[in-house]
Amino acid sequence: MDFRDSPEEAAFRERLRGWLTENAKTYKASGDDYWSRMGEWHQALYAAGFFGTSWPKEYGGQDLAPVYDVIVDEEIARAGAPPRPSLGYLVVGLGHHGSKELQQRFLPGMINGTERWCQGFSEPGAGSDLASLTTTATPDGDEYVINGHKIWTSYSDCADWCLVLARTDKDVPRHKGISAFIVSMHQDGIEQRPLQMINGVTTEFGQVAFDGARVPAANMVGAPGDGWKLAMTVVSHEREPSTLGYSARYGKLVRQMAAGYEGRLPEDLAWAGVQAEMLRLHVRRRLSEQLDGITHGPGGSMDKLLMTWVEQSVGHAALAVTGTKDPELLSAYLYSRAQSVMGGTSQIQKNIIAQRILGL
Amino acid sequence: MDVRLTAEQQQLREAAASLADDLGPGSVADLDDEMRRARLEKAVDATGFRTLRTDGASGVEVAIVAEEFARGLVDVPFTGPILADDLTQRTGRAPVSVAGEPDTIGAEVDLTRSLAGVVVQPAELSALPGDDALSWQALALTVTAADLVGASRGALDLATDYAKVREQYGSPIGSYQAIGHLLAEALTLIEGSISVLRHAAWAVDELPAEEAVRAAKIAKIYCARAARTVCETAIQVHGGIGNTWECLAHVYLRRVLAATGTWPVKLEDLEVTDLGFS
Repeated sequence: MDFRDSPEEAAFRERLRGWLTENAKTYKASGDDYWSRMGEWHQALYAAGFFGTSWPKEYGGQDLAPVYDVIVDEEIARAGAPPRPSLGYLVVGLGHHGSKELQQRFLPGMINGTERWCQGFSEPGAGSDLASLTTTATPDGDEYVINGHKIWTSYSDCADWCLVLARTDKDVPRHKGISAFIVSMHQDGIEQRPLQMINGVTTEFGQVAFDGARVPAANMVGAPGDGWKLAMTVVSHEREPSTLGYSARYGKLVRQMAAGYEGRLPEDLAWAGVQAEMLRLHVRRRLSEQLDGITHGPGGSMDKLLMTWVEQSVGHAALAVTGTKDPELLSAYLYSRAQSVMGGTSQIQKNIIAQRILGL
Repeated sequence: MDVRLTAEQQQLREAAASLADDLGPGSVADLDDEMRRARLEKAVDATGFRTLRTDGASGVEVAIVAEEFARGLVDVPFTGPILADDLTQRTGRAPVSVAGEPDTIGAEVDLTRSLAGVVVQPAELSALPGDDALSWQALALTVTAADLVGASRGALDLATDYAKVREQYGSPIGSYQAIGHLLAEALTLIEGSISVLRHAAWAVDELPAEEAVRAAKIAKIYCARAARTVCETAIQVHGGIGNTWECLAHVYLRRVLAATGTWPVKLEDLEVTDLGFS
């Protein structure tokens, strides 16, 4: 057992630290500036060899252990640089369910950042109950025609492609009638508009209206009716802290806030610090377990819940330390409220833990 | 970076767990069964767990045994003897202060007398080099944190089993979200506790003594908060029965209170330097 870096990991960390010192300065780590330069940051990280390290070489990754992703997250947080773009869930979704042709066509651009992606799952009427989605895909020759409305679509304003879940069969049980498509965002049948979040940010989430958008039948991921399986792979992956570059930022925020104190800390800040350290260690344990083989089981729901508790306690610490006076910390607090909703609400995570882990 | 338990450590866990399951108290009435306790005492003594440090075992292995013993409410001493064993290794001779300790720490609350033989501040510590004394302190904090994690796991198992059989409104109460969510939160707190405990246990032998103490303090605070919540949840899920003497839930809670109060670490005691994580 060793919580420390191996010599190879330490060398990687050292190289990364040097690179970040030179290259991260001009990038903002939060707010609209962060979201609007995300693509540029992604490509810079990739070109330097620090993005997609754990993905297959065949598609532009480096076949390194998942632990390297955590090193990247930690050093990025330490440098105050923008987080690693969170794309793992898309890579995993396509990697598990896509044909060889689709993987070869789409994974390299997704990983190296030359093609931008968004995810069209949630709908205004299908949030926690995702299987009730009503967007339709109707066959027309060797194409499908998409009609419907998606929401909470990160990067919808700049994406080239959208992974869309749509209903292809109304006559089977609802989980079985959903298919997944890779849809080009550059066409007339698609209109996207931004959503302004409670911290004022407008470039993170969008809404996308599909009105007769077209997609080649060959862009269906898996077989007709396989969409639900893909969605479950994607959301369970989305819930693991190892895929969420944010987890390393909590400790950094706590240290920033603690810098103004000598001796004892306000209780909210001390508790946030303890929890942030817990999460740092928890991520290490989870990643180590992945050395036995990566699974995307219900355990991710506990990781997501832990991460949510940490982020929201850091938010409360921000209020305790600066009240509402510091715009960035106020924004961090307001943003933290979304963590118990996005990627499956805390209530849904608790349902999954209660039913699938505890067997209740 | 690889923080998995080794195959040997997993075997140790299984051995400690099966001993606790076979001879630990399965009910409150069992606590008064002196014949059972004598058999348990004999079995624990024969394992050599109490002299793990003499045998060169790491803090991780010590924590594994402490955790499994607490999960099974083992009511013969482990914490006291293993810390005395560690001290013996550091000083080169058996500590005299241990033999002379009259009272069992936490006996006023802990029905399993898990801290029997514990000396909070052994006289021998003052004669040790500073780092050795700190390392002993890190191990003491870690063993009690492990006790907290084990007791949490035991309490949650008890409550989960109950939620599957107790019926109200015609269904097992665990099928209702109000109960399911309480237990899901408890399990998640335990998962976080396991991670933070593992680091503290590893740190005892692998990090400089000051950092090991810091890791142990963080673990103790987190595990203590989590354990109290988990035990309170276990009582709540049992309803009225959970508030009776016959339900084991309070035996776990009492053990948790004793482990929390011995070498206590409070949130308000944390200083900026204690958050000096990398």
